Amino acid sequence: MTAYMPDLIQLIPAFPFAGAFFLILRGRRLPMQATAVIGSGSVGLSALAGIAVAIEFISSPPVGHALYKTLWRWMDVGGLSPSVTLYLDPLSLIMLLVVTIVGFLIHIYSTEFMEGDEGYSRFFAYMNMFIGAMLVLVLADDLLLLYLGWEGVGLCSYLLIGFWYKNPANGYAARKAFVITRIGDTAMAVGLFLLFTESGTLRIQDMLMSAEAGRPGGLTISLAAGLLLAGAVGKSAQLPLQTWLPDAMAGPTPVSALIHAATMVTAGVYLIARMHTLFELAPAVQTAVAVIGVATLLVSAASALAQRDIKRVLAYSTMSQIGYMFLALGAGAWSAAIFHFMTHAFFKALLFLAAGAVIISQHHEHDMFRMGGLRKRLPLTFITFLVGSASLSSLPLITAGFYSKELILWGAWSSAKGGHWLWAAGIIGAFLTSVYTFRMVFLIFYGEQKTELSRLPGLRMHIPLMILALFSIAGGFIETPKILGGVDVFSSFMNSALPQEVKGHLSGHSELMPLGAASLASISGVFIAYMLFFKTPHASEQMVRTRLGGMLRRFMLSGWGFDRLYDTLFVRPFIRIASVSRDDFIDLISKVLAASAAVMSRALSLTQTGKVRWYAFAVGLGAAILIWTAVL
Amino acid sequence: MVVLFYISAMVAVASTMMTATRKDPVHALLYLIVSFLSVALIFYILGAPFIAALEVIVYAGAVMVLFLFVVMMLNLGKQSVEQEEKWLSRDAWLGPLILVSVLSAELLYIFLSGGVEPLEIREVSPKQTGIALFGPYVIGVELASLLLLSGLVGAWHLGRRRR
Amino acid sequence: MHGTIPYEHVLLLAGVLFVLGLLGVMIRRNLIFMLISVEIMLNAAGLAFIAAGGRWAGPDGQVMFIFILTMAAAEAAVGLAIILRLYSLHETVDADRAGEMKG
Repeated sequence: MTAYMPDLIQLIPAFPFAGAFFLILRGRRLPMQATAVIGSGSVGLSALAGIAVAIEFISSPPVGHALYKTLWRWMDVGGLSPSVTLYLDPLSLIMLLVVTIVGFLIHIYSTEFMEGDEGYSRFFAYMNMFIGAMLVLVLADDLLLLYLGWEGVGLCSYLLIGFWYKNPANGYAARKAFVITRIGDTAMAVGLFLLFTESGTLRIQDMLMSAEAGRPGGLTISLAAGLLLAGAVGKSAQLPLQTWLPDAMAGPTPVSALIHAATMVTAGVYLIARMHTLFELAPAVQTAVAVIGVATLLVSAASALAQRDIKRVLAYSTMSQIGYMFLALGAGAWSAAIFHFMTHAFFKALLFLAAGAVIISQHHEHDMFRMGGLRKRLPLTFITFLVGSASLSSLPLITAGFYSKELILWGAWSSAKGGHWLWAAGIIGAFLTSVYTFRMVFLIFYGEQKTELSRLPGLRMHIPLMILALFSIAGGFIETPKILGGVDVFSSFMNSALPQEVKGHLSGHSELMPLGAASLASISGVFIAYMLFFKTPHASEQMVRTRLGGMLRRFMLSGWGFDRLYDTLFVRPFIRIASVSRDDFIDLISKVLAASAAVMSRALSLTQTGKVRWYAFAVGLGAAILIWTAVL
Repeated sequence: MVVLFYISAMVAVASTMMTATRKDPVHALLYLIVSFLSVALIFYILGAPFIAALEVIVYAGAVMVLFLFVVMMLNLGKQSVEQEEKWLSRDAWLGPLILVSVLSAELLYIFLSGGVEPLEIREVSPKQTGIALFGPYVIGVELASLLLLSGLVGAWHLGRRRR
Repeated sequence: MHGTIPYEHVLLLAGVLFVLGLLGVMIRRNLIFMLISVEIMLNAAGLAFIAAGGRWAGPDGQVMFIFILTMAAAEAAVGLAIILRLYSLHETVDADRAGEMKG
């Protein structure tokens, strides 16, 4: 069986690419069922292969806890000779399991959600292409291959955000996403160049080992790490490159679930975790990671409080949770970040899919204030949404989110790179998370029903919801704090891939205090949401009506004004420069050429007088000139 | 013989000048025929008797007569003579005259720059010409016949009376 | 019998005749006179060929002249036909009046 494992690995990204290829070629002419089967089936097969590989990997781990599968030599130019090699270790294994399993569930859901859409096969082709690119990203052994997957997911994100292209606003959102992530991608490319010139290789493991051995030097490592961080920030929608994510909700809901909650936006987290050695050698950058995470966490949680659109709340929430992951990475709690990634994938995808069910049952209405009272009408959706919300708010003991967030907060509290301020920010964030999450729950499912139901979600939408709900509860039990049992299946599994956190001076103390503080934060958040949005909804209205409240609400609604800031700082000057240089002097040269051609044409047409004598004269003149030049 | 050549040359140039400047087309044609006849004589002197005969028979005899026919058919009469007078004004002469003098100066230069070498003229008999014509130049003969055919058809078509 | 004739003089004669014909083409407005001048030019070219043939004592010059002659005949025929057509259309043989291909 071990002999088959490397071959199975290459099938994992191959299945979705094959599916995408097939659907691109023949998708238009296939009946809807066939498209659905091919689209979801390819991801399903990939998931099965992933599970098989995982079972094998866990039961009899290979030497060094890592497996290589070289497919072919990619290029050989100027000292750079990367190969297309797949690398499997616990980190990539977890990532690929999450991507394929959650991806598969989302595909099943989409077969019903996108029913009747004229771009049905196009949708599944793009989604498959995305899964393939994401798998290449996580399985890449070489930074160049990783960059290929990175760009691939960026492309698919653009294609899928602007999926309903007939509406120009969607195209705008897609372009915005692409341009902003491009800024990060370019920084990352420069970082790759730097790393290559310094260490002569782009193979990740080789580079990490040579970095530990001392070259490249300190400044280069910090610079490279900083540039990679910029790339991660762009892709993961952290400050300052976060403005694209709320607008990316213009895409269909399964897209938001897959790309902008579970997988693509976590690619930045994966990158930093994968290149952990670099970041450990550049402590300033690692601290920057934590600071960015915390800042994003707070800003986006506050913004989520004021949103009306259900998907925008979830978008800001994603930003916030990824902030938590960045916080963990910055504090050196590497496996905590990946653990939270896993649980976040479960409950965020669940929340998005359930929100999608709500949206299509409310005539594609997105505004939460126009929904209400759906608890009795959509019971299954309600329960699954509730489970997801509980997990997101990290309600104590019963949800996966609790355990993963706990791990992060414990890392922030106790690790050597952590700090009390970071921890405190995390607690405040947890409080805000509960508030906005249960605000959603109360607004949508309680109260009076304001919009009639248009459509009930079917089995293919409900089953993935239920499975994800199960994962959102049970997924946390593989890693519990010491007081509560001390299960550490997850971190010991990840041990071979990610280093353990460096224990700080508080690690010996009991976990009770931080644990208790976090639980208190989340429960009190639920309570506040209950008070503000269920019990006495007028109170929140009153708050908003005051001058300060209104301003605050507008501020938070616009995501702390970042869009406006960037508009003034970058977009307007650029447009001004473009319109000024429309008639610039280089254009002048080509205009002069065109104008002179026109002038000459008019001049020469004057010689066509239509008179025979004139033509004879011209012939004679030409002959005279020719003879002159030939003879003299 | 040499003297004869120069006399014929002068006659040719003189009659050609007259052709170019006459106002009555019939007069011009007659002068042209004289020019052709003197050129035919020059051909004979240069050792091409067959060509001399052809010049007289075909060129002067057929083509010029054709011209005469057309002129008479057009029946331009007195009014055209007056027209010609009007058109042959001083201004019309100037530009072309300059060009022509430039051209002739160039030709003069070319022809005289190589030094004047006297030439022994030998006669080339019609038989030699015939052999050359139907030997290496047979393609040219075929093409010439094609040309004549197209000329025939074209002239017939253009000359038809449109209904 | 034929003696020696300076070869360049013959060419010079041909050149003079040609130039006179060219002058005629450029000056005259009456189409018939233009055609006549063209005939003069063709004849002059033929003379040059014959002179060259005599210089090299070969039949090639004469052969060329036969071709020129043929072509001149065909061209005269077609040209005159065109003049007739023009006259029947426009009642004139003025070359400048046939300037519809202007520009």
